[in-house]
Amino acid sequence: MSLSSEAALPLSIPAHRGARQEKVIRLLFMSAASTSVIVVALIFLFLFREAGPFALHPGLQELLGARWMPVSFQRSTYGIYPLVTGSLLVTTLATVIAVPFGVLGAAYLAEIATAAEREILKPFIELLAGIPSVVIGFFGLVVLAPRVKALFGLPSGLTALTGALLLALMAIPTIMTISEDAIRSVPGSYRQASLALGAGMLQTTWKVVVPAALPGIIASIMLGMGRVIGETMAVMMVTGNAAVITLSPFQSVRTMTATVAAEMGEVAFGSDHYRALFWVGIVLLLMTFGINLVARRVLRQYRAG
Amino acid sequence: MKWVGMAAVFAAACLAAAGCSRRSEDAGGQGRYITVKGSDTMIQLVSAWAEAFMKVNPGIEVSTTGGGSGTGIAALINGTTDIAAASREIKDDEMKFAAEKAVHPVETTVARDGIAVIVNPQNPVNGLTIEQIRKIYVGQTTNWRQVGGPDEPITVLSRESSSGTYVFFQDHVLGRQDYSPKVRLMPATATIVQSVEDDRWAIGYVGLGYAVEAGGRVKPLEVKANESAPAVTPSEATVRSGEYPIARPLYVYTNGQPTGAVKQFVDFATGSEGQRIVRETGYVPLQ
Repeated sequence: MSLSSEAALPLSIPAHRGARQEKVIRLLFMSAASTSVIVVALIFLFLFREAGPFALHPGLQELLGARWMPVSFQRSTYGIYPLVTGSLLVTTLATVIAVPFGVLGAAYLAEIATAAEREILKPFIELLAGIPSVVIGFFGLVVLAPRVKALFGLPSGLTALTGALLLALMAIPTIMTISEDAIRSVPGSYRQASLALGAGMLQTTWKVVVPAALPGIIASIMLGMGRVIGETMAVMMVTGNAAVITLSPFQSVRTMTATVAAEMGEVAFGSDHYRALFWVGIVLLLMTFGINLVARRVLRQYRAG
Repeated sequence: MKWVGMAAVFAAACLAAAGCSRRSEDAGGQGRYITVKGSDTMIQLVSAWAEAFMKVNPGIEVSTTGGGSGTGIAALINGTTDIAAASREIKDDEMKFAAEKAVHPVETTVARDGIAVIVNPQNPVNGLTIEQIRKIYVGQTTNWRQVGGPDEPITVLSRESSSGTYVFFQDHVLGRQDYSPKVRLMPATATIVQSVEDDRWAIGYVGLGYAVEAGGRVKPLEVKANESAPAVTPSEATVRSGEYPIARPLYVYTNGQPTGAVKQFVDFATGSEGQRIVRETGYVPLQ
């Protein structure tokens, strides 16, 4: 399109040409919008295609074992149980650590902070969300791990807890920004009614506004968890990656993401190990999918209600 | 989210398959652009070779990438690299996959490397036998007291299973037994050095080049092949003479006998200038 025709009003285009153009442009926009749908469908397709043959040989029961030992001169085992518990342990710990910071911070930002304070705090929270995870991981390895070791008197600082602390750092911005939105959208009449009944400002915030925003806050926590469970680089650097089944935060654990990232590079294409890694990917995908689904449901109910 | 990363892997695999036919023409030797891919242990060495090689042969461009020995061999099989650098021998199932794709990996030994077993400088233990190291890594020995040290639990560190060093160590030190599941697997050699430096009671293993480079931050142990053998400090001299028991050759693999630019590069690496670079980067020359 030349500059002059761009300047012209759409009305000046002959009707039939306009309709065709409209169609083309509509198609262009639609394909842009549906790219992600196609990509997701393709990923599902590829995942199952690559993982599929494992179900026939050596069989899916292999995945249910308690030992992940894919490179072995004896017998390779592909039990993903320690990987799943590793991911769950780190994710749960990270959520428990991140929620108080995220929710209290959001309440402060939305209800209590002055405009000037918010101006300073908000950019830093966004900055935290933007730090590359490998940088956070490096910080964890060099700074955090020795301190965790010294603080708890552990033989090694490479533990589930160290990983969880780093992941909490990454989940806090997600939880804080979405919770803040939820708290902010609580109708002013709630606050006015509470204040009119003689409640103080903090009482109003904590007993009226935050409970009213609870579904939004829960959704923010779920989305934060979704981010945490899928995170790879930082956990791989500080959790020690030993595939043991444990509930202790002071033990080393191996997460599903770290396993895929660490082993995919080496694995022979089409081998059992290769296919087992795709099963790990499928399980991980289903878990994040589940978490996101629940979060959406809660959020929608809340918006409708 | 992580499956985006996985999609990238797929995309790369698809491109690799598509690029296959073009690459096989280049491998004939007319190409003025060659790629070397593989072992992270060898990446410094290969990059140094590439740099010096391109200075002598300005018409040929050499690109190098790491990723692990298996990655390099997989790339050779898929036709996406001309040369695979590997710190271990090609496995039987990889030969099988290669045969299926009509690729014929040919092995050339280009240097030698010793694996240093490292501990914290504050650890009073100065040497171990191969058998003691094996027991530590398979989980039968868990306390330094059992090997003549103080009463402290051992933090055992290893490379990830994607590393050629992991497989070599399992083969030559662990007697092909499985690592204990409690062994902490570190994503890179540098993170092993860092963790051993931070942790008084950790043990790890790294290539000789890394141990030399780390200087006083970590302490390489003297190793005895057995109870009655002499304790040997890992060094260039002891690796070449065969006295140091944990040593290995480093290889490059090509599809068929190297020809053209690929042959020039392999000849350069094994030649006097290439072997001088081997020594400079902390590995052990062939002669």
